[in-house]
Formats: sequence, C-alpha cells, structure tokens
Amino acid sequence: MSIIILLLIVSIGIAGGFLVAFLWSVKDGQFDDIESPAERILFNNNEINKKQ
Amino acid sequence: MVYEILEENNLCNYYELNAEPGIIQNKNTRVDKYAFLDDLEIQKKLIQFSNSAHSHITLYLPQIHCSSCLWLLENIHKVNAGIVSSRVNFTKKEVFIVFDNANTSLRKVVETLDNIGYEPYLSLNEISSDSKLKTDKTRWYKIGVAGFCFGNIMMMSLADYMVTSNLIEPKIALFFKILSVILSLPVLFYSATEFFVSAWYGIKNKYLNIDFPVALALAITFIRSIYEILSNTGNGYLDSLSGIVFFMLIGRWLQSRTYQTISFDRDYKSFFPIALNVVKDQRIVPTEISKVKEKDIIQIHSNEIIPVDAILSKGHASIDYSFVTGESLPIQVNIGEMIYAGGKQLDGILELVVVKEVSQSYLTNLWNNSIFNKKDPIKTNSYDTIGKYFTYAVILIGIVSGYYWFLKGSTTLMWNAFTTVLIIACPCALLLSKNYTYGNILRVLGLNKFYLRSPDIIESLSKINHIVLDKTGTITQTHGSNVRYAGTILKEEIKSSVASLLKQSSHPASKLAFEYLSEPNIFEVVDFKEIEGQGIEGWVNERHIKIGSPKFAGGEYHKEIPGTKVVVFIDGTIWGEFIITNKYRIGITKLMNSLKRNYSLSLISGDNDTEFKNIENLLGKGSEVLFNQSPQQKLDYINQLQNNDLQVMMVGDGLNDAGALKHSNVGIAVADTGNNFTPSSDGIIDGSKLSKLDSFISFAKAGKKIILLSFAISAIYNLIGLYFAVQGILSPVIAAILMPSSSITIISLTYGLTEWFSYKYGLKENNNIQ
Repeated sequence: MSIIILLLIVSIGIAGGFLVAFLWSVKDGQFDDIESPAERILFNNNEINKKQ
Repeated sequence: MVYEILEENNLCNYYELNAEPGIIQNKNTRVDKYAFLDDLEIQKKLIQFSNSAHSHITLYLPQIHCSSCLWLLENIHKVNAGIVSSRVNFTKKEVFIVFDNANTSLRKVVETLDNIGYEPYLSLNEISSDSKLKTDKTRWYKIGVAGFCFGNIMMMSLADYMVTSNLIEPKIALFFKILSVILSLPVLFYSATEFFVSAWYGIKNKYLNIDFPVALALAITFIRSIYEILSNTGNGYLDSLSGIVFFMLIGRWLQSRTYQTISFDRDYKSFFPIALNVVKDQRIVPTEISKVKEKDIIQIHSNEIIPVDAILSKGHASIDYSFVTGESLPIQVNIGEMIYAGGKQLDGILELVVVKEVSQSYLTNLWNNSIFNKKDPIKTNSYDTIGKYFTYAVILIGIVSGYYWFLKGSTTLMWNAFTTVLIIACPCALLLSKNYTYGNILRVLGLNKFYLRSPDIIESLSKINHIVLDKTGTITQTHGSNVRYAGTILKEEIKSSVASLLKQSSHPASKLAFEYLSEPNIFEVVDFKEIEGQGIEGWVNERHIKIGSPKFAGGEYHKEIPGTKVVVFIDGTIWGEFIITNKYRIGITKLMNSLKRNYSLSLISGDNDTEFKNIENLLGKGSEVLFNQSPQQKLDYINQLQNNDLQVMMVGDGLNDAGALKHSNVGIAVADTGNNFTPSSDGIIDGSKLSKLDSFISFAKAGKKIILLSFAISAIYNLIGLYFAVQGILSPVIAAILMPSSSITIISLTYGLTEWFSYKYGLKENNNIQ
C-alpha cells in the first residue's frame, strides 16, 4: 500500500510543476495582454517578401 | 496620403489584411504641430527610459481597433528607420516604442505615427499606472494557488469518503491528513487573506460587511478541521474550505475585470494640450502649458482647444463652446473680445493675449468649484446589509443549537453543532451569486460599449426612477445640424444671388445655409453690411437681399416650425427661410418612447430654447424641459430631485454637466470617440449605443432578480446543511457534497440567466470585438 504514498508525492510534484509554470507565466506578463498575441500570430512576414 | 506612405515602404499588405481598415484620415497636419516635443523638459516627462543610444516610450493610441493596426504599428520601423522596435498592447491601446536617439527623435516618432493616422494622446498627468496591473497579477497568483491546493486536497479526501476506514491503512490515512493540512495553509494564509483583511477593516470602522461571516466561517472551519485531525476524531473540512476560497476568488476576478483603456477620473487637464505656441520676438516658442504666463501672446490653430482665458488680437475666431456651456452653434468673437478657456477654434489661425493663465482660468475655476468636489454621497450596498443580518442570524442559530445540546448534557455535540452551523451557513453562495451575476453583466454591457466604473453601479442603476438628460452632445450630435429651406423655391439666378450673399458672412448659420445650397455660381456683392448677431444685407444682381434672424429681417415664414431660423428677404418681400435644427442621434425617438413609459424624464440644457418644441414632443408632455442652465443650476436641479426621494440618473457629456453627473445617483457620460474627454462619471456610454439605454437599465434590473433567485436556491442548500448541523451530525462528506454543488448550481444558474436576459433585451447582436 505504501506505493500510494510515492504515487501521491509524484502526482503532487507534477501538479506543483504546472502551478510553478502558471505562476511564472503570470509573472512574465503573459496574462497582461491576451488579445494582441492572438492577432500577431496571424501575420506572416515572408508573405510580404513574396509579393514584392 | 496614408496609402502613399505605406506603398513607399512596401507595407501594401496592410490593405489586404482587412477589407475596411478604417483609419481615420487625419487632416493635413501642420508642420510644427509637434515642435514642443523638442523641448527637453517635456521630453523628460514623457520618455520612460533613455540612455545615450536608445529611448523607451509608451504612447496611448486610442485609434487602435483592428488587427491591421497591430500589424502596421509593429512594422513601423519600415517607415521610420530610427525606430528599433515597437510592440502593441491591444487591450490597453498602447504601443511601446524603442527608438535610436542618433537617427530619430521623439518628435519624429510622434510625427510618423500621426502621418499614418495614429495621433498619440499626449498628456503629462496620465501615465498608465502599473499598480493596477500588479493587483491583477496577485489575483492570478491567489487563484492559481487556491486551485492547486483545492484539487489535491479533494483528491485525498475522496479516498477518505469512498473507502470505509478499515480498507485504508492508518499510516496512509495519517499521511493524507498531514498533507491536506500542509496544502490548506497557503489557501488560508495566502489566497484567502483579502477576506480577513476586508472583514477586519469592517470591524475597525464598526460595521459588519459581507466578508465578515465569510472570514468567520473560514477561520472556524480551519480550526475545527485541525482539531479533528489532531485529536483523530474526523477528517476535517479542508476540501470544502479550499474549494470555497477558489470559487469565491474566481467570482471576484470576474467581477473586477475593469476596463484598462478607460479612465473614469479624468480632470480638465487631460482635456488640454500639453504645450502652447508662444510668440516671442517674432519667433514661435513651444512652451509647456503651466509655464504660459499672463500677457504672453499665444498662437492657436484650427481645431485646437484654448486652455487659457485670453483676448483675441489677430484672426477670425469661431469658437465652439459646446463642451463647456452646451451651446450647439459656434460663437463669433471679434478682435479685442474675450475668449474663455475650454473653447475650440474651428477655422484659421488666431493670436491671443493671455489674460488668465491655466490655473486661474474660468474653466479651471469651474472645475475646482468646491460644490463640484463634494464627496459622493455614500452609495449604500444592500449586500452588506443582508450580510449583516445574515451574520446575526447564523450566530444566533449556532448559539441556540449549541445551548440546546448543552442543556441535554452533551458538550461534544454542543461544540459540533455550534461550529458546523457556522461552517455550513457561510454566505459564500450570496457572494458567489452577486459576483458571478455582476461580473457577467459588466462583460455583456462592455461588449455593448457601455462601461461601468464598478459592479456596485449595477445595483444603483436598477433602482433608477428618474432620468435627466442633457441636450447638446447627448441626445443631439455635437457636430452637424440639419438645414432645410421652406418657402418660395430658390431658382437658378436667385439661388446664386442668395448664396453669394451668404458666402460673405462667416457666421455659423450663414455657413450652414451656404453649404446647404451648394451653389457653384457666385456673383459680386455690392454694399455688403453685416450686423453682428443679427444678419447680413447687400445688393446682388440689382436685387436687395436681406438675410438674418426674424427680428432683423422683419418677419417669419412659418411661425409654428421650431428651430433656429434664417429668413430670406428679397426686395422687401419675404421669400422663405432656412430652418436649422439640431441633429438628433439615431434611434433617439424610440428610446424616449420606451423611457417615458417607465421613468419620469427631464432635460436640462445650457443651450437656448429654439429646440423647445422638438424636445417637448420627444419627451412627452409631463416632462420638465429647462434651457439656458448654468452648471450650478444643473447641479441644484439634481439635488432638488433627490430631495423629493427620486433616484436620479443623469446622462450628459460636457464639462457643464460634470457637477450634475457627480451628484446624481448614477452619472453616465456620453463619449463619441475613445479619446474624448469625459468628466468624472459612474459609467461611460458610446454615443452610438445611447439608443439602447433602456435595455441596459432593464438588464441591470434583471440582474437583481437573478441574484435574488440564486440566493433563494442557495438558501435551500443552506437549510439542508443546517438541518444536519443543528443536530450536531454534519459530517465532512455532507459538507463536501453540499458546498461545491451549491456553488456550481449558482454559477451555472447566474451565467445561464444573464445570457438569457441579454438575448431578451437584444444585447447579443453584433458583439464581435473588432
């Protein structure tokens, strides 16, 4: 049964990893502006060069 | 012009991205418009960071509205090679620019932006505050931590609930419990701190707010859980505790998502330019506005706002005071006459001698008038009141049931009953229903371009029973008037003659009439005379034509038609008249018809009463319509209504409404463009959406119904919980089922109902954000 303790620690560790990733992304400002990156990804700079 | 610049720099793709990029084409900007940006002191105030090579600046561009804007602004280095990089924040409508000091300057950067249609909004006292962003981040952290702990504690508690005690080894069970306690610590001591802080503030100011029972329930739940776990008598309620904190934090976040691009507390300073052109020894020196002194000579160009009281010394002044006084037609000012701060020059260059500097001007005095700055009457929040009674009731039930078991002689049951009553009766459901409902209402209203300062305004909005409207700029459009002609038809040669005479005058009414005729043939005018404020006359093609006010010309064509009139007399006979009326906003008639069914209405305007009949028809017979009102009179009128126990909503736009907006129960400012100056208000509505005002109020009222309904439902859950709690047999399993299920019921109910009501009131059409 003590395997459960190990499993639990592992699972909480993984979840904790995601928590840290989330906190990090907030700190980095990924949630400050959630609109412009969504638009930005649509622009393809190569396309302009082709048109020349 | 924009296209040329774009083409030169190979940015033609711009037009392919969006069929209607819709940039506002700027009128040809004059060369030295941004000369003041070369001033080092002004630069210092605007630039955030600068070293020998690069400078950083964040500029607010209210024109940002579509994906093309983003693309264009982020490729701006192709237009101005001195710009190293630029990055747009779409939500805040800001662009962050790094530029090379050697190749370009602040002035050139701003000029580049202006050239492509993005005129930056430059203001010295409105630099975006970072503090707001920081609190937003802490909220995310708290939600993240609470969510993480909640999930894990629930997973471990589940094992406890599912499996009978002999199947789970005591050693593992103990490990689970210890881990749960550890995980609950950050929830209580980090995520939930705001509830304790707010409750403590309440106690310090001697009143119980709704956070008090929440904080009490959280504290007792935690203490009791720790006691149960240490004494090995139970599993505690840590899962319910962290779950509730998590849901409540999300609710608060939903409710507090405010509008970063909108400032509700602008003062008159943001309305003014940051620098003026002062004429010194035949040279023009851009000077920071606070350094403009008495007797300085300043130069004002078309469409600029005059920030000082001054005397006109050169040029043709046609001043639009609509913002300050509510007058709809511009005013002619002659050389030697006074121009007051806040007026906007419409056409041509002026030179003025400053009489009173900015800090002493009429406008500043008006703004700083102590009556205007009186503190807001405390807008009572009915939820705090409910929370207060709720707390008393819960504590009473707890004590009674505890006392009952004490009389029965069972101290264990006494403590059980007392604590579990407090735990289960936590008014979280009430808080949740309020937060989720108001959060969603704010969101829906925001999509409809009606922005409220805070969720509490929704409650005030739902109580409104009287609406006061302003005229100029509120129910009429600030710019543009309707002109029509009634009388004997003006034909060919006569039409040209009338137009020729009109062309000679610069009075706004003559200009409107001239534009209306749009006559290309102009004759020579002999013996032209203009009598100030009355009319014009002269000889054209051997005809004596007299055009002006009914009093000047000597008669009227249609006495019964309302509006400002310009009567045409030809050779002594009345020919006809131009009728100039305000242009009402689209949909205003429908709005008024619907509003007057449910609310009493009145209109107060600073303008003259030429529109009286139109407005009376619009508002209905019983409404009060007042003209020629000063800002002070407007404010007094609001006070008078409030003394009659009316809940007043004021809708206005200009500075002359500022006092009234502030004093009314709900003050709504009407704005036509994003960067328009709006006086301090509770809400800002986009001019084009004003016609939906009745739906907005109904929607706010529906919000109240939704909250009451969900409160009733959560009360049922609470009663079930109390049924167990007073008997002292509330087990953690029951709590763990009741608490999340009541939360989830409420969240889905409030969301579903607000969405349904927004469909019902037609607030769901064209909601796509551009």
